[in-house]
Amino acid sequence: MTAVIENLDPLLRALGTTVLILVVSAVGSLVLGVLVTVARVSPIPVLRGAAWAYVQVFVNIPLLALLLLAVFALPDAGLLMPLTTTVIVVLTVYEAAYVAEAVRSGINTVAAGQVEAARALGLRLSQTLRHVVVPQAVRAVVQPLGNVMIALLMNTALAATVGVVELTSAVNKVNLVAAQPIPIFTAAGLTYMALALAIGLAAGRIEKKVAIHR
Amino acid sequence: MSHSGAFLYDAPGPRARRRILLGSVVSALVLAGVFALALVQFGRTGQLDADRWTPFLDWPIWSYLLVGLRGTALAAALVAVLAGAFGVLLAIGRLSRNRPVRWLSTGYIEVARTLPVLLLIYLMLFGLPAYGINLPVLWKLVVPLTIANAAVVAEIVRAGVLALPRGQMEAALSLGIRRGQAMRFVVLPQALRHVTPSLVTQLVSLIKDTSLGYVVAFTELLYRAQVLSAYNRLLIQTFLVVALVYLVFNGALSYLAARLRTRVRRQVAPPSDPAEQAADRELETPVVR
Repeated sequence: MTAVIENLDPLLRALGTTVLILVVSAVGSLVLGVLVTVARVSPIPVLRGAAWAYVQVFVNIPLLALLLLAVFALPDAGLLMPLTTTVIVVLTVYEAAYVAEAVRSGINTVAAGQVEAARALGLRLSQTLRHVVVPQAVRAVVQPLGNVMIALLMNTALAATVGVVELTSAVNKVNLVAAQPIPIFTAAGLTYMALALAIGLAAGRIEKKVAIHR
Repeated sequence: MSHSGAFLYDAPGPRARRRILLGSVVSALVLAGVFALALVQFGRTGQLDADRWTPFLDWPIWSYLLVGLRGTALAAALVAVLAGAFGVLLAIGRLSRNRPVRWLSTGYIEVARTLPVLLLIYLMLFGLPAYGINLPVLWKLVVPLTIANAAVVAEIVRAGVLALPRGQMEAALSLGIRRGQAMRFVVLPQALRHVTPSLVTQLVSLIKDTSLGYVVAFTELLYRAQVLSAYNRLLIQTFLVVALVYLVFNGALSYLAARLRTRVRRQVAPPSDPAEQAADRELETPVVR
């Protein structure tokens, strides 16, 4: 335990980086994911096809391959961003595909009568989506979206492989010096579990708050 | 129109059709524009030159990458078998009436689901050797992946068991079979068939996870790509080609999962009750990782 306490400062800074990556890409992927879902159910075939392709690409290619491509390969084509920003962008577009899948299964739970009623009231498609369908769809999948966010938390650890000093990377560095793997890795594991628990509890509370009783 | 959003609008009339056409043209132009911008950027930095792509028409490079693909398949198969068996046991454990067994399984599942695999891999690589535990490279990848995937498989199987009508278990018990036998011969076979699509989806995510072999220096596809790109200096081309290989293989599996999903849904009698329908759709929610 002494190794953890002695290195508390760099470890906390690394935890801050993990949380920063988590929060920014969580917000980004939720927004982008909903947009992709809207494109996926739109009456415009081109948009539907593009959204389908988007989801297929990011659900089937490993995140690590995308990270290596973005961090090490794309600079060759003159596309260079700060390291942490690159990681956040990759995580956002990757996780957005999973958000889109979750929200789409939520759209399936919206009763057709809701849409018909909205149309009967004279709402246009964009209004129907914005005011009737998407709010209900997202509320129906709060719990699955929480799971996507927990997966996102797990995936922030991959930033360590491309050189971002976030929690996993910092823990590894501390261990290489202090050589006390059990206490150090246990502390890191407990921290991740606490973060995941927080996301899960938040999802539970949000669900209770916004749930639609049918 | 038969896609999933079709219930959101009426069959389009002449005006709507015109608008859809206009939308199609505009969005196609925007997409083409973005694509063209990317191509221009790539072209300006010389990434589109023919001699940067022709090496990938040669057999030696492909045979080099195929060895990696074999490693990916080997690791994925090992993890699938181990995590599958372990996961089913954990699911039964979590549903067991024996309290310590239930608590242990639940505890394991909850912990394993919230630990990054990379953290476990670093523990394997740099932590455990200090205690004299130094596994071969393949197992440094397979063990952490099995630990993580077993928990996910357990949750999928448990969802399948819980979704089965309770009458199945009750009927089996009333025939005088023991609980364990009823589980083995009546409940599990049906539950597993029901969750096969989700298990295939999980297989895709597991194959993606084997790319962590890059970290432990196990010869799988992504690791080979990295070695290859360090040698031929064609980073963008190599990683794009490898990403395409992943896309083709996993895409085929994802397609299979989608097909199975519609087949399973057709086998189950079409639900008429909207609540039941909603419950049925809930099962489709992809398990993510």
